[in-house]
Amino acid sequence: MLRLIAGRLVQIGVVLAILSALVWLAMGLMPGDPLDLAMAADPRLSAEDAARMRALHGLDRQLAERYLAWAAAVLRGEFGFSRLYALPATAVLWPALLSTLVLLGWSLLLSAGLGIALGVLGAVRRGAGLLADGVALLAQSIPGFWLGILLVILFAVELGWLPAGGTGEGGSLGEAARFLVLPVATLAFVNIAAYARHSLSAMRQEMAQPYIRTARMKGLSARQVVWGHAFPNAAIPVVTVAALDAGSLVSGALVTETIFARPGMGKLIYDSIMGNDYNLALLALLLAALVTMLATLAADIVQRLIDPRLAG
Amino acid sequence: MRLALGLVLLGLLGLGAAGAGWAQGWLGADPFSPDLLARYGEASAAHPLGTDELGRDLLLRLLHGTRVSLSVGLAVAIGATGLGTAVGLLAAWRGGWADALLMRLADGLLALPALPLLVVLAAVDTGRFGLPRGEATSDILRIVVILVAFGWVGTARLARAAALTQLSLDYVAAARVSGASEARVLVRHVLPNIAGPIGVAAALAVAGAILAESTLSFLGLGIQPPAPSWGNMLSNAQEMVFSAPMQAVWPGLCILLAVAGATLVADGLRRG
Repeated sequence: MLRLIAGRLVQIGVVLAILSALVWLAMGLMPGDPLDLAMAADPRLSAEDAARMRALHGLDRQLAERYLAWAAAVLRGEFGFSRLYALPATAVLWPALLSTLVLLGWSLLLSAGLGIALGVLGAVRRGAGLLADGVALLAQSIPGFWLGILLVILFAVELGWLPAGGTGEGGSLGEAARFLVLPVATLAFVNIAAYARHSLSAMRQEMAQPYIRTARMKGLSARQVVWGHAFPNAAIPVVTVAALDAGSLVSGALVTETIFARPGMGKLIYDSIMGNDYNLALLALLLAALVTMLATLAADIVQRLIDPRLAG
Repeated sequence: MRLALGLVLLGLLGLGAAGAGWAQGWLGADPFSPDLLARYGEASAAHPLGTDELGRDLLLRLLHGTRVSLSVGLAVAIGATGLGTAVGLLAAWRGGWADALLMRLADGLLALPALPLLVVLAAVDTGRFGLPRGEATSDILRIVVILVAFGWVGTARLARAAALTQLSLDYVAAARVSGASEARVLVRHVLPNIAGPIGVAAALAVAGAILAESTLSFLGLGIQPPAPSWGNMLSNAQEMVFSAPMQAVWPGLCILLAVAGATLVADGLRRG
């Protein structure tokens, strides 16, 4: 187990290093640099001023040279500043990460809970199989941003029950929870599909096994057969889905946060790329990738813990 | 059953795309030039679904958007399936370090959150590679390239697993013994036998590409207006939800039907 974790952490480090270099290159290819914006904003700046500022900030150096300087600073623990927010990058990143983790946590709980319940129900009750299939197809096919828009139209504009966007910052905990309902519902529904589909097929497979017949013959109740015998075995592939799904959950957070104007990691990545805030964008992107890969690793560890065949 | 339902859905949308020019002539409206006196018009005989925020006919834009979104979906599916199959076959046939390298690359791509990276790639200035920016055809090309770069992974893993099984079977050994070249073994013997899972992966790639394109276009990074796509018709949804909520419904419904259609086809193919 320790070997697995150590190996994966090394792998994560390598992926992050390669990713940072590739994204640095991509950002070098984006239109405009920070000084173009400064020039456009202040007509008194002359070409010489721009050249001097480029030299001051090191923007006249080669892309590779700048990347190595950046990487060395990050390894020393200096994460630099955000141009857009005029704050140290870490001061912008932490609150955003916290906000996103709250959104992701509730959505994961809700989508896994509902998806698994739907899948198990579909495998046990004949009529419910169609329902589980249908909901999974709908959840898989619906674009997350459109679902968010529909929920806003229904619950914020027509009914006026819930706020259309924002975070309710400064309000009570209950007030902040009201702002979470629609984003969590949007993100959770889109991610139900994978859980429902895989728990449905895994449960169907387990319920057809001979040991289930044995358990029934022993006189166990239906609940004991389903949850005590079939489900622990069906849970193993479902945890694999959770590992594979981490990336799409983070991707979904970007869309959800943009629609509902929540200042989380996803919106931060989008805004910082659009605003040429390259330092913040790169750090936010790496942090999002790190969170995703750690979540995948956590799911793999859980899988090893619950599957005795993989232990050792 | 699923296959038929999926094909019907996709066929209907395909008909809509094909009939866009005809519908334009019949309604006599121009879906590309704004008419500011007719903003957010109600549904009428001249505009069956009303007009959008610039007074353009919504139905015609939807039909033209169908062309864009379906072509992106198909092009990405062809590209990603082709590339993925080639990579999977190569990894399974070559084995060793080539296999390890390609599969670690696939693992790395799968482990990352795709959309934030797509946003980065979509923001790259293609003008530096000599491609004009802001024209519909170069937008489509850019989106297709980006989505193929991410989309090949699933197919590659499936193709590799299927090819590994086939390569260990006796008929491959028989073909080799009878003097077939390695290329012939792979293309004429192995490829037809792994076509089933690859077809499923291709159908899923269509669904994924349509979703990804619409999301990027919604975020303003995909197909740029005035060319319509289902995603960019929703990009000012924040304003729409108050002034014309039904306008936010139609493009999303098209995306839903197209993705559901492709997913049903994949399900149908999988069950055989």
